[in-house]
Amino acid sequence: MSLKVNGHDHQIDADPDTPLLYVLREELKLNAAKFGCGLGQCGSCTVMVDGKAVLSCVTPLLLLEGRQVTTLEGLGTIDAPAPIQRAFMEEQAAQCGYCIAGIMMRAQALLQKNPKPTDEQIRAELHPNLCRCGTHMRILRAVHRAARLMDSAALSSTTQGSAQ
Amino acid sequence: MTKPKIVIGIVAGLLIGGAVAAFAVAWRPAISAIEPPAPQSFDANLVKRGRDLAAIGNCNDCHTVRGGKAFAGGLAVPTPFGAIYSSNITPDPQTGIGLWSEAAFRRAMRSGVDRTGHHLYPTFPYDHFTNVSDEDDRALYAFLMTRQGVHAPARANELAFPLDQRFVVAGWKLLFLRRETYKPDATQSAEWNRGAYLVEGLAHCGACHTPRNALGAERLSATFSGGDVDNWHAYAINARSLSPVPWDTEALFHYLRQGWDKDHGVARGPMAEVVSNLSSVQESDVHAIAVYMTSVFGPPGQDRLRKADEVRAQIKSPPSQTTPSNVAGASIYAAACATCHETERPLPYGGINLALSTALSAPDPRNAANIIISGIQPVEGERSPIMPGFGSSMTDVQISALLNYLRGRFSNQPGWTDVERTVQDARRMQTVFLGIQPGPHNAPGGPTQRD
Amino acid sequence: MNGPVILDRRRVLAGSGALIVSFSLPDAFAQERETQAPAPKPPGSLAKAPYLDSWIRIDADGTITVFTGKAEIGQGMKTAVQQIAAEELDVSFASLKLVTADTSRTANEGYTSGSNSMKESGTAIQITAAQVRELLIAEAARRLNVGAENLKVENGAVVAPDGQRLGYGDLVANDMLHVQAQAKSKLKDPATYKVMGQAVPRVDIPAKVTGGAAYIQDMRLPGMVHARVVRPPSYGAELIECDISAVEKLPGVVKVIRNGNFLAVVAAREFQAIKAMGTLSAAAKWRERPGLPKQDDLLRVLTSLPSQDSTIFEHNDPSAAGQKTIEATYTRPYQSHGSIGPSCAIARLVDGAMTVWTHTQGVYPDRAGIAEMLRMPPEGVRLIHVEGSGCYGHNGADDAAADAALIARELPGVPVRVQWMREQEHGWEPFGPAMVTRLKASLDAGGMIAAWNFEVWSNTHSMRPGGAGSMLAAQHMAQPIAVPPPKPIPLPEGGGDRNAIPIYKFPNAHVVHHFIPAMPVRVSAMRALGAYHNVFSIESFMDELAGLAGADPVEFRLKHLDDPRGRDVIEKAAQGFGWQKGQKAPADRGFGFAFARYKNLAAYCAIASEVEVNRETGRPRLVRAVAAVDSGQVVNPDGLINQIEGAILQSMSWTLYEAVTFDDTRITSIDWQTYPILRFDAVPEKIDVHVINRPGLAFLGSGETGQGPAAASIANAIANATGKRLRDLPLTRKRIKDAIDA
Repeated sequence: MSLKVNGHDHQIDADPDTPLLYVLREELKLNAAKFGCGLGQCGSCTVMVDGKAVLSCVTPLLLLEGRQVTTLEGLGTIDAPAPIQRAFMEEQAAQCGYCIAGIMMRAQALLQKNPKPTDEQIRAELHPNLCRCGTHMRILRAVHRAARLMDSAALSSTTQGSAQ
Repeated sequence: MTKPKIVIGIVAGLLIGGAVAAFAVAWRPAISAIEPPAPQSFDANLVKRGRDLAAIGNCNDCHTVRGGKAFAGGLAVPTPFGAIYSSNITPDPQTGIGLWSEAAFRRAMRSGVDRTGHHLYPTFPYDHFTNVSDEDDRALYAFLMTRQGVHAPARANELAFPLDQRFVVAGWKLLFLRRETYKPDATQSAEWNRGAYLVEGLAHCGACHTPRNALGAERLSATFSGGDVDNWHAYAINARSLSPVPWDTEALFHYLRQGWDKDHGVARGPMAEVVSNLSSVQESDVHAIAVYMTSVFGPPGQDRLRKADEVRAQIKSPPSQTTPSNVAGASIYAAACATCHETERPLPYGGINLALSTALSAPDPRNAANIIISGIQPVEGERSPIMPGFGSSMTDVQISALLNYLRGRFSNQPGWTDVERTVQDARRMQTVFLGIQPGPHNAPGGPTQRD
Repeated sequence: MNGPVILDRRRVLAGSGALIVSFSLPDAFAQERETQAPAPKPPGSLAKAPYLDSWIRIDADGTITVFTGKAEIGQGMKTAVQQIAAEELDVSFASLKLVTADTSRTANEGYTSGSNSMKESGTAIQITAAQVRELLIAEAARRLNVGAENLKVENGAVVAPDGQRLGYGDLVANDMLHVQAQAKSKLKDPATYKVMGQAVPRVDIPAKVTGGAAYIQDMRLPGMVHARVVRPPSYGAELIECDISAVEKLPGVVKVIRNGNFLAVVAAREFQAIKAMGTLSAAAKWRERPGLPKQDDLLRVLTSLPSQDSTIFEHNDPSAAGQKTIEATYTRPYQSHGSIGPSCAIARLVDGAMTVWTHTQGVYPDRAGIAEMLRMPPEGVRLIHVEGSGCYGHNGADDAAADAALIARELPGVPVRVQWMREQEHGWEPFGPAMVTRLKASLDAGGMIAAWNFEVWSNTHSMRPGGAGSMLAAQHMAQPIAVPPPKPIPLPEGGGDRNAIPIYKFPNAHVVHHFIPAMPVRVSAMRALGAYHNVFSIESFMDELAGLAGADPVEFRLKHLDDPRGRDVIEKAAQGFGWQKGQKAPADRGFGFAFARYKNLAAYCAIASEVEVNRETGRPRLVRAVAAVDSGQVVNPDGLINQIEGAILQSMSWTLYEAVTFDDTRITSIDWQTYPILRFDAVPEKIDVHVINRPGLAFLGSGETGQGPAAASIANAIANATGKRLRDLPLTRKRIKDAIDA
């Protein structure tokens, strides 16, 4: 079946009951979404579907016909990082880093729907995601930072627009 | 006298008489404020007793909002007439009940009137609490007055005129407030009577599990036949119960005490807080409730027992079936649900075999939709069931197809209607529900729970 | 290490200006060497690999590669080591290449564990880099016929006064670096550091936040197949029946392996392997035997199992008389590493040579074990470390490597990837051992501790190196290799007795270690080892004694502590927190304090915390924590702060929530439902970490220094908030509620 990932259409040759996680990692060779439990309990596999955070380890392929999947790779690259990626790098918000991609995707989905979340809201939103190294404080700082970066990016683009 | 004058006179008389009667019905005197009593003045055992009773009464559930302090109120209780906010029942003098005497508290419980004489909306279920004994009211009072006072002014209710005028509640009470709906039954055991007293009174099970009339009062001809709370359906818990496996005392006791039962599943939704509270009170009280409710359920008929056997057989050797009309739902179930719901992992951590699910036999798909959309969240730091939510990964169409499939496969009831609309509503209301409910403070107990 | 060890706090001498460092410096065994033979042992891992080119290689084109035998486990080791090398070689940080643990390329530095990476590898690389720099200068001096003192180094070249530049690549000739490290090194003056001591961003983070390949789980080799192991349902279970024919016919299945109790399936694609694993598991019939103790009875179980008892510390002063005495017993359950990424490994057998990519902490010892299991010579096996998720000690990594090798042997030429499932990681990893401590102490008339008794009961905290017998594949295969007998880790590092000897000065002190060989539950090293529980016990008890003396907890500790660096961290943490003698926490809140020096020889850490306890539910909430840490010369301050923040949160999770559960046969805590850990809803409002930098002093390991003090600090805050002392870990909501209600 056809699957749209990070803006590109892919022909996927996997059984329809295959969880999205394995399609992303094995077929499409994408690394960010990770296997942490396969049970929907830890959030390491989080990606976005139609802009909403989704646990890809419990999302079978057959649910995704005609929908947009976004992974961390689709947000930006090392050379051109998205605000959330910049924020996490600037805050050095990782220890082993295994949980981070899933957390960033959930945070990204939050910021797309609520650009100015409170600390409470961020904590509540990240509840499904585990971090064993204890990087939580930095992760929260990074999400706040990403919100500010996205805000100033939006501001500068409107300023540019009106300066014409 | 001329006729018009007589008519006017009679009408005037009636109006004045009516107004006086209405006044007599609606008006209640204020009870004098008292100095907030010192917490040390209450006997410790009385306070302990009050704590247990408050847990049975589920007081903290309504009177606490997520992120707020215990008993400080502020929870929006949705009613067909608008949202009503729970009040602050901490002993704060300005915004709580710090100035209330025990008599004032008892009056509130008995007849739904606050200290200043205003009627309380029956979202506060005094139609049940009216059955609570003086002794128990005393213990509850002692418990509440020894909590931490929190300054939290009441939030204005969102009711349209004239319902926002409290005196109209007097009319409601006239029609619907019965005194002593609980009467002891000498032909029953002491335990049964204890259970009846708790259920009809403090535990106010009927407040959720009984259907209500247009004026929001319980339909006493249909007690325990099923009700609604926060966009969840509170199942029928009498002879009209639709659970695939009938309830018995042991199952009820285990469910209420531990928060789950092997043949019925885990208590979630609004029931989660109830069983969380019941896990902390005396076992004998929970058992008494189970005993009484067993008689409310009544012994299951032959038909139900036969159906229960069929269910058990189906679990042992599930038939495979895909009729063309539910291929979509079937494949969603097989791919997304079966990996957890068809393992042998026992409850409360394994997904319940859906042949046992009451939600799928319920009159409408709300509960099933709620769970599919939001999953089940763990309780902080405790061994807890976790189910991922599928609200973001499934569209309304997909969830509806799944629900229809589950209904067809796992229940003998006729198909649901308006499923997609229910799903849309569920999405919206679950977000609200999860955002404001304080949530259970502990998790369903497992057989090897340490604590 | 047979007799009692009397600790003598060695002060490390540091001069200013150019540091001349001799071998007797930054090493725990320094004291020993002084009294022994004349030939000094090179410090750190130079002792095992004294040749400079084991650590640094310079190619003719000027490319510099640094080799470390340690592994990046998320602690920022790669970055720190690269900083050290860049500093001493005087080259830009970004210009260096780094190779980590690989049995074919790097020195044997044992395990990346015990917070020893900076001490062992960092030290070796620092000295090597400094000596390489001097050799290059000397060579340039020779060629230019100029005095070495007139030359300077800049950007990978030696520069003469007249501006002539000789690049490092040009200077390096033949085996110039194949010389042993000298006894003396000219280390740079910390005051001139450009890279060391700076918060250089971690080299591995960019890939991790942009989906770059960063973990073993991301490796994809051509022709790679996917394997899943079907583990037995419990320890000692025997496979009595398994019809594999149906599984062999499943789509994509390449092979089914049944080797004794070792059962595995290999498929072309990953999800096929997972489905086949399910079918294979259903087809397997096991005979299990109950053998697990009662999980609620561990106090009695541990204190009644046979043990090897030794007095590890003794000090007597009969003139100090105690008047008031108290006793307490503290317990810790088995706890799990809980790595977020279940273990993974890839193995390939080509022409009789086995290569295994693994996230093991010890490529050399693991290689020895795998070679033994396969009956191959060690030279025929190569282990390459590839980063996994945080392991926090001995988790399933080594076992996964053995699994992959055992399976790969059946599929020569094919890379075999083994990925453990969540339930397997939770059920089969070697846990942190359950422990019991019994303390008794008395105060003299002046409120000072006159006598101190400490006993600790524990299994070994390390089943490695254990050869093949410590790996599941070898234990389960048809001709199994027996689990080796456990051995205690000798002091001063210690295992169950790590940090059992108090750092405080007591006139009378008696410390006993009851080493329990029998291991009904599989155990091994978990971050901080015995220090977590021992520090929890000591620091809880210090508070209990302070309470008995009517003394402020911080002041009480300072009164018993000589070590000036320890005193500094205590004062710093207290000051940062706003700790006031005689303070009163707000309603329902409590303040707690704790301090320890990890292993009594690594980093110092003090933590003050504020905890709120909900009296209705018993739920504790860490509101804020303030820590102070002294790690000697700081290499990367941000990395250090990251580690301490992490230690506090990880320890909070262990301390408030975690216990492995089991019935009489099986481990029952097999996923995140049944083994809950910290989630974002319980994260505190604020954590502050104050770093006390000690320029020029030895690197002190900091990866495990926070866990013990964090536990005790939280426990002390709970006691302060509720007036009730809890001594049995974890300090759950229910236990706190029951204590409040009692």
